[in-house]
Amino acid sequence: MDFELSPEEEAFRDEVRAFLDDHLVPEEERAPGFDFEWQTKVREKGWVGFSWPREVGGGGGSIMEQVILKDEMSKRHAPSLGTCFMGLAWVGPSIIQYGTEEQKQKFVPEILDGKYQWCTGYSEPGSGSDLASLQCKAVREGDEYVVNGQKIWTSLAPWAEWIILLVRTSSDGANKHDGITCLLVPMKSEGIEVRPIKNMGGGAIFAEVFFDNVRVPVENRLGDEGQGWQVTVSALASERSSISEVHGLVRRLAELKELARDTPKNGRPASENPSLRSRLVKAETRIEAMRLNGMRFLTKQLKGEKLGSETSINKLLRANLEIEMGEIALEILGSSSNVRSGEATPGGGKWQSFSLGWPEVVIGGGTPNIQRNIIAERILGLPKD
Amino acid sequence: MDNQGTDHYADLMNFGFTEEQEILRSEVRKFIDEHAPLEEVRRITDAPEGFSRELWSRMGGLGWLGLTIPEAHGGSGTGLVTLVVLLEEMGRTLFPSPLVSQVLAARAIERRGSEDQKQRLLPALADGSCVATVALLEEVDRYDPAGMALVAAPEGGSERLRGRKTFVADGAAADLFVVAYRSSAGAGEEGVSLAVVEKGAAGVSVEDLPPVDPSKRLAHLILDGVEVDDGARLGARGAAWGTVADLVDVGATLVTAEAVGSAEGGLALTTSYARERLQFGSPIGRFQGVKHPLAEMFVDVESFKSLVYYAAWALDQGAADASLAASRAKAYASEVMPNYGLQGVELHGGIGYTWEYDIQLFLKRARWMRPMFGDADHHYERVAALGGL
Repeated sequence: MDFELSPEEEAFRDEVRAFLDDHLVPEEERAPGFDFEWQTKVREKGWVGFSWPREVGGGGGSIMEQVILKDEMSKRHAPSLGTCFMGLAWVGPSIIQYGTEEQKQKFVPEILDGKYQWCTGYSEPGSGSDLASLQCKAVREGDEYVVNGQKIWTSLAPWAEWIILLVRTSSDGANKHDGITCLLVPMKSEGIEVRPIKNMGGGAIFAEVFFDNVRVPVENRLGDEGQGWQVTVSALASERSSISEVHGLVRRLAELKELARDTPKNGRPASENPSLRSRLVKAETRIEAMRLNGMRFLTKQLKGEKLGSETSINKLLRANLEIEMGEIALEILGSSSNVRSGEATPGGGKWQSFSLGWPEVVIGGGTPNIQRNIIAERILGLPKD
Repeated sequence: MDNQGTDHYADLMNFGFTEEQEILRSEVRKFIDEHAPLEEVRRITDAPEGFSRELWSRMGGLGWLGLTIPEAHGGSGTGLVTLVVLLEEMGRTLFPSPLVSQVLAARAIERRGSEDQKQRLLPALADGSCVATVALLEEVDRYDPAGMALVAAPEGGSERLRGRKTFVADGAAADLFVVAYRSSAGAGEEGVSLAVVEKGAAGVSVEDLPPVDPSKRLAHLILDGVEVDDGARLGARGAAWGTVADLVDVGATLVTAEAVGSAEGGLALTTSYARERLQFGSPIGRFQGVKHPLAEMFVDVESFKSLVYYAAWALDQGAADASLAASRAKAYASEVMPNYGLQGVELHGGIGYTWEYDIQLFLKRARWMRPMFGDADHHYERVAALGGL
């Protein structure tokens, strides 16, 4: 084991730190709209899409440099490059891998500039975890596809300008994966209707999206007809072992410990309550395990090996932690946990929001039971369900 | 985490094993395949001593007992991270040996002994001709300074020990004991001493205790007026607490490393059973009620594996967060291991309940490791205290 940076990597780290010193406004002084301003500055520096190849306008950073950049940014609580979140996370990588020259030239710069949001049309009312059973249909008519059907749980749909959409172009063939095609569709297209769904926290980040004879030019198809499943799978595989997401958990845990120290329970700080104390350190220990698991995955990548199903390990740990930390907070707050906002409840309701928001993370990228299936079947070699 | 003062780049680099360490791993696997598959381990543990002196001296010959002993004293001085590799592989088939005890005794001598003591004692520990262990406990599971309550009576330039050290790992096999005691009465760190006591010395006797896990033996060490002179005491009187605390950290880490191997061994046994056992016309491993607990176990084992790798590295480096790291690893492992031992037996159904079938051995090993060098409560409480709670 060796934890030294090479001189080049150290120089890069120093460059990142200097950039942060020069441009990052402390969290409490950030004006609304700073996120976009920040994305623009990082873009000018060439660090948006840092892992993408230089020829398409990405940063061409090595794996180690990507880690350094992410790590430094999250340590300093820089805004995440969220003005085109899904575009950066998976739409861009899919277009780079499967897109035509025209598609790359049009979409990649717009994603890097954070011009607009993308949303992702995968899930349907009858196709959640069993995504490949999807039924939203596209029929080819000349140079167009005509799309009919419905998507659901489409996050960011109320604001997005484009949707990356999975449709069924064929029901023949034994394999249900084969008839799936991927289309890139403007949300302003005629025949698209978005109905926001209020989530249990009271917000409306996701929506139902209805398609009624929506006409999509063939040149907006990503990959070949019938290749949609492959496009999707490789897009999701482009996820990195995200060590930096641990910083968010570390930070929340520190806040939780502070809450426990400051909130009385039976005349003593909640942090002295044996059961809460034990749950807090169990959570802390699992966060540290996640960080170190991530380092082992990173080491594997640095040796040139591909990451596979082991990323489900941290997804499961994180799912449990997101839920458990919310529950610990509510237990610390006691009766005041039943107050949604205001001075009557320490934190003014932020823990209530947090504890009502976990499904976004926990269910979004594949439910915990799906992660358990992945581990059991692909790593432990148990028969498929 | 709470070591925010340190540069987080320590977090990112090559968190894996070197080529030499990987070579060692495959050598150990070969050794185990050849000499100590599970059926052979059963035969070895049935013998009165519970381990094989022949394989032990072979391990000494291969240099495996001296991995943490400096070169000047007959070892290779490669450190705890390398030892983790050895322990993981030996844990896989529950291979019985007093290796952890030996390493801890050698560490105490190396850290506190005079040059003369090191020259005299360490080479025999490195080649295995002497088996050694540490005797720390008195009151059950009390690893704090107050737990070291045995007060020596001063006698001229020497001290005399009269009392009992309890639950000494590999006590019956040991030729040499590193004993914690007090040179002056009290309950604090001040006053704690360490000395080497030979099995043959006047007043020394050992009460062998019947084991639940036959591959892990415990004994009480009875000290009936045993003399400790300057040649036996390790370092100055009353100043050994730091080393005792270090031995507990290292012991907790090494027990956890061995547990990684035995957890993986138990998981492999259960998964292969789940692949083969047919019920309702299908392998039972197809059912989510079976496969999901196994997936959870895998997640937990990978996680305390990462924690123990880091703990070993931090201890080798003398890093500021080494104790915290050791406690995290042991706490997590002690918390989850027995439960997975139980599930392993349960998932096997009736066959799992038999003496003949191996899964019960993994449950016993999991229960053995739970209290050793501190249980989950002990270590989580330490994580809490070190983390500002």
